[in-house]
Amino acid sequence: MTSLHTLRRKMVNAIMLSLTGLCTLAVAGTLVFILGYLFVHGAKDLSLDFFTKLPTPVGETGGGMANAIVGSAKLLLIAMLVGVPIGFLGGVYLAEFGGTTFSFVVRYVTDLLNGVPSIVIGIFAYTLIVLPQKHFSTIAGGLALGVMMIPIAVRSSEEFLRAVPSSLREGAMALGASRTRAILTVVIPAAKNGIMTGIMLNLARVAGETAPLLFTSFSNRFWSPGWDQPTAALPVMIFTYAISPYEDWHQQAWAAGFVLLMLVLGVNIVARMLLVQRKHVAR
Amino acid sequence: MAATHTTLAKSGPMPPPARTLAQRLRAGDQVAHGITLAAAASILLITALLVFELYINSTESRAKFGWSFLITQTWDPVADEYGALPFIYGTLVSSALALLIGVPLGVGAAIFLAELAPPKISDALTFLIELLAAVPSVIYGLLGIFVLVPILRVAEPSIRALLGWTPLFQGPFYGVSLFSAGVVLSVMIVPFIISISREVIRAVPADQREAALALGATPWEATWDVVVPYAKSGILGSIFLALARSLGETMAVTMVIGNDPKIKASLFAPGYSIAAVVANEFTEATGQMYTSALIELGLVLFALTIIINGLARALVATGSMGGKA
Repeated sequence: MTSLHTLRRKMVNAIMLSLTGLCTLAVAGTLVFILGYLFVHGAKDLSLDFFTKLPTPVGETGGGMANAIVGSAKLLLIAMLVGVPIGFLGGVYLAEFGGTTFSFVVRYVTDLLNGVPSIVIGIFAYTLIVLPQKHFSTIAGGLALGVMMIPIAVRSSEEFLRAVPSSLREGAMALGASRTRAILTVVIPAAKNGIMTGIMLNLARVAGETAPLLFTSFSNRFWSPGWDQPTAALPVMIFTYAISPYEDWHQQAWAAGFVLLMLVLGVNIVARMLLVQRKHVAR
Repeated sequence: MAATHTTLAKSGPMPPPARTLAQRLRAGDQVAHGITLAAAASILLITALLVFELYINSTESRAKFGWSFLITQTWDPVADEYGALPFIYGTLVSSALALLIGVPLGVGAAIFLAELAPPKISDALTFLIELLAAVPSVIYGLLGIFVLVPILRVAEPSIRALLGWTPLFQGPFYGVSLFSAGVVLSVMIVPFIISISREVIRAVPADQREAALALGATPWEATWDVVVPYAKSGILGSIFLALARSLGETMAVTMVIGNDPKIKASLFAPGYSIAAVVANEFTEATGQMYTSALIELGLVLFALTIIINGLARALVATGSMGGKA
């Protein structure tokens, strides 16, 4: 009886443990599949034209997404100007000056803002800029992306500043530096690489955002005439081209998807490797 | 020893020399404190403004439909009658489906990566899986339309043969459906469940599992009956975080859910989600009331995700017992 019971337990053990292995395999397999599929389908249709030409009208083959690439770059620039200063300085406050109820509230609200769906942030930017201006604009799209950057920028800046040993701070202050001077000349330089890596990851994350751009920066078949005018962006182009009924637009969507994914994954891989290296050095 | 102690206590630390406001300003401490405080405060301001804008700009819709907005099925821009129920239904059902598929997969993989896999392999696989979380949602949508939907069309007869007797898999299947949306969402949330669950399982003290093993438990029994219950609230937190994410997910869902504002029992029928209808109809919304109703949908989605996120953060916080989540 006992041996039968033991056998059953051993079998359950073997079965369940292999099942967890299968789960892992399924998830990792999905990633390999996604990457492989995009490589095969996206790289195939990629040409120099994609980076240098404007989109062609329906039915005409060829053309590219030069305006969308520049548009995305402009949007990210605005996003950085909005998100990084607020996020970084907020992080400095939490790491160096905070420590009271107010810090708790700031952290809590930051987490809350991080959980707000991107489409809702889009509505926010719409009501702030598009509604009063009565037309779509690059600035509105950039603002939406910038607001999305803030929470992560705050938390990653805070984390990297906190990781700087307090002996460095104390050393600087013992030499007569004021708190601010210690932060500016010792703490921030020590945390600089980590903070920069955090910003890179953050930019890569919002670079792929589509939903908040749909009704802020909208889209544009041509070069955007100005910062307060609608502009094309890579993720929005992927969306419009993918749901269109035209075969050659689908091909362009795949090419754009490939470019976007390579960009995002490239930044992620490099940034994560840098972070891992730094951790090993610190140990 | 005692003498030294008293001397130290008597002299004590010297009080810092009193400085005038001008001196402190010159040192820059007050300025830096002020500037960073302003940045921190502006985060609160931005969040408050976000809520305010959503609330103010949905006034018309809220005034006309009141709370019945949440339980009305009609969505008729021509007659200017709006109700959120089909979208709330679609959002909840697609997310529930995503959890149904994603939770067993995610928790299973997390257990494997935390308990069984050698650390090097575990780290490498986790690195790969976390890259999955970085893939933009529009690319999941692209894959959804051109890869998943054709696959599901092929798989449909076997799914029907297996589960066709339930009302959930009745009616024609066009490929785009609540079911497809649930599957795409499940792929998107699995990385979150894995990376957080793996951390909390790893944080379980080793003596817990060693004690179980010493008592004669098999590795699986030690994991399932001792380690997992210990990490329960953290795992639950990761699931809630994943849920909040899938509720607000827009692009991938918009591209595969079918965009039909009707409530049908079948998962094979096309549906609609809150985020998807805002994404699709916002730029086309002509009337004041139409826009106002869409913004109110945004408000509903905001409230929904805030509640779920709050629960998740509380659970993860208690799960890691004062440590960092």
